Amino acid sequence: MSRILATSGTEFRIALRNRWVAISILLMALFSVVLSAAGSSATGTIGVDRLSVVVASLTSLAVYLVPLVALLMSFDAIAGEVERGTLPLLLTYPVSRPEILLGKLLAHLAILTLAVAVGYGIAAAAALLLDPEAAAGLPALWRLLWSSVLLGATFLGVGYAASALARRPSGAAGLAIGIWLGLIVLYDLGLLAAVVADDGGLFTTKVFPLALLANPADAFRLYNLAASQATAAAAGVAGAANTIPLWASLASILLWPVAALALATAAFRKVTP
Amino acid sequence: MTPTLTLQCLTKTYAGQRALSDVSLTVAAGERVALLGHNGAGKSTMMKIILGLIPYDSGSLQVTGATAGSPEARRNVAYLPENAAFHPALTGLEQIRHYLALRGENPALAMALLERVGLGHAARRRIGTYSKGMRQRVGLAQTLIGKPRLLVLDEPTSGLDPVSRRDFYALLDGLASEGASILLSSHALTEVEARTDRILILSGGVLVAEGALADLRRKADLPVAFQITPKPGCESDLAAAFPLATPLSGCLSLWCRQDEKLPLMARITALADKIADFEVQPPSLEDIYSHFSKRAGQ
Repeated sequence: MSRILATSGTEFRIALRNRWVAISILLMALFSVVLSAAGSSATGTIGVDRLSVVVASLTSLAVYLVPLVALLMSFDAIAGEVERGTLPLLLTYPVSRPEILLGKLLAHLAILTLAVAVGYGIAAAAALLLDPEAAAGLPALWRLLWSSVLLGATFLGVGYAASALARRPSGAAGLAIGIWLGLIVLYDLGLLAAVVADDGGLFTTKVFPLALLANPADAFRLYNLAASQATAAAAGVAGAANTIPLWASLASILLWPVAALALATAAFRKVTP
Repeated sequence: MTPTLTLQCLTKTYAGQRALSDVSLTVAAGERVALLGHNGAGKSTMMKIILGLIPYDSGSLQVTGATAGSPEARRNVAYLPENAAFHPALTGLEQIRHYLALRGENPALAMALLERVGLGHAARRRIGTYSKGMRQRVGLAQTLIGKPRLLVLDEPTSGLDPVSRRDFYALLDGLASEGASILLSSHALTEVEARTDRILILSGGVLVAEGALADLRRKADLPVAFQITPKPGCESDLAAAFPLATPLSGCLSLWCRQDEKLPLMARITALADKIADFEVQPPSLEDIYSHFSKRAGQ
């Protein structure tokens, strides 16, 4: 445990020096401010409190931003050590490869949690300030917070796996961007096209819900929208959110971080210094 | 007492190429062993196998009584990589504190370690601003953490100036006298001459020579060079006395085998009244090294 903490302490310091802490907090804060400013005009008549609406908007934002920030922080984790030539020495220390990964994960997750908490905090404070009823949305906000952290952990793990597989920072960066585009943007577009083409057939009823659960970002969106019942604010997956039980999307967002870390460990074990 | 390091018939093949062939070796506690060889002779491969960083194909290997790369072995072994590299954003102090924590030692010892390698003044500067020699010292400082039973040092003196090099060997002497075994590599015999107990020469993955410097000198049996400076007017007399000698800028130069040394000396001293000066040149360290390296067909 002390080795994991030592690793995360050093990684946090490096992220601080490399401005990653500042960049991710600033990014999340900026988008949250823009979102609350843009969302404030359209609400008031829907019948739900302002914070619940903000949470629904933040969910859509987090689906894009949290994986992106996580992948940006993680792609260099192993490939960078290989390129700098620091990996061979590190691996002669009495520290196991899973311990190294866990140490990095802890540091990066702390930064991500900080960024998400600041961002959501700003948006929530604005909502609470303008709407006295907004406190009703606090449970939804809390749910969004911890599920965002789990989503971040998943994509950090995926980023470490990409980093170990690519072995060069440039390759790892390309792979990370590819993963982000594939899982966050193209995946949903593909599913949407398939659903339209299928026109209510077997794919839409059987495969589509499973396909949504299989993607950590979609499971995250499903869980938050279904749980907060703010489905009115969600467009694409709204219908599906109603047919998939809450426990299924919860299981997906809980299992994905474990699976991603296992994937990263397996990929890291294959790296020969 | 069990040896710190035992290799038996160790073989490693890279893509059909033999990187190490049947290498056997034992290093006792407190012994300083130098591993010499050209680039690509297999020195780094052998070190990485001993550290457990890369697997070997056949043979057996025991590091401090444990399997190479096992947690037990890693606790007892310190490594200095060739061209030691560290994260440029960290200071020397932070880096050493981190390594101390990974070995379960008190991070507060970091400053003392850096001072021991002469880096106390730069401890709070980022490693990105360090010179190559300074990074090498950070690397050296981390090998001193804890009480390693085996130090594996890959070309440790590259990038160090002669004074630092002497300090470095003094540091090693201290560690060896406390019982640590040292395996260090170099590509020049002159660098390790008097500072190691035993020398191994690796060539094309084969251990071609092993022993103390005196042993190697004897085994190589290289010719001894003599240079005789005749007194004015005695040149032709001496040339007649030593018909095999070649004239060289006013001197006579000749060679003899090790066992002919004394008889030749006797012949020279018999002609003392015709000789102004004479010198004996034993084979140099470089000669001995290239003799063993060449024998393996390089």
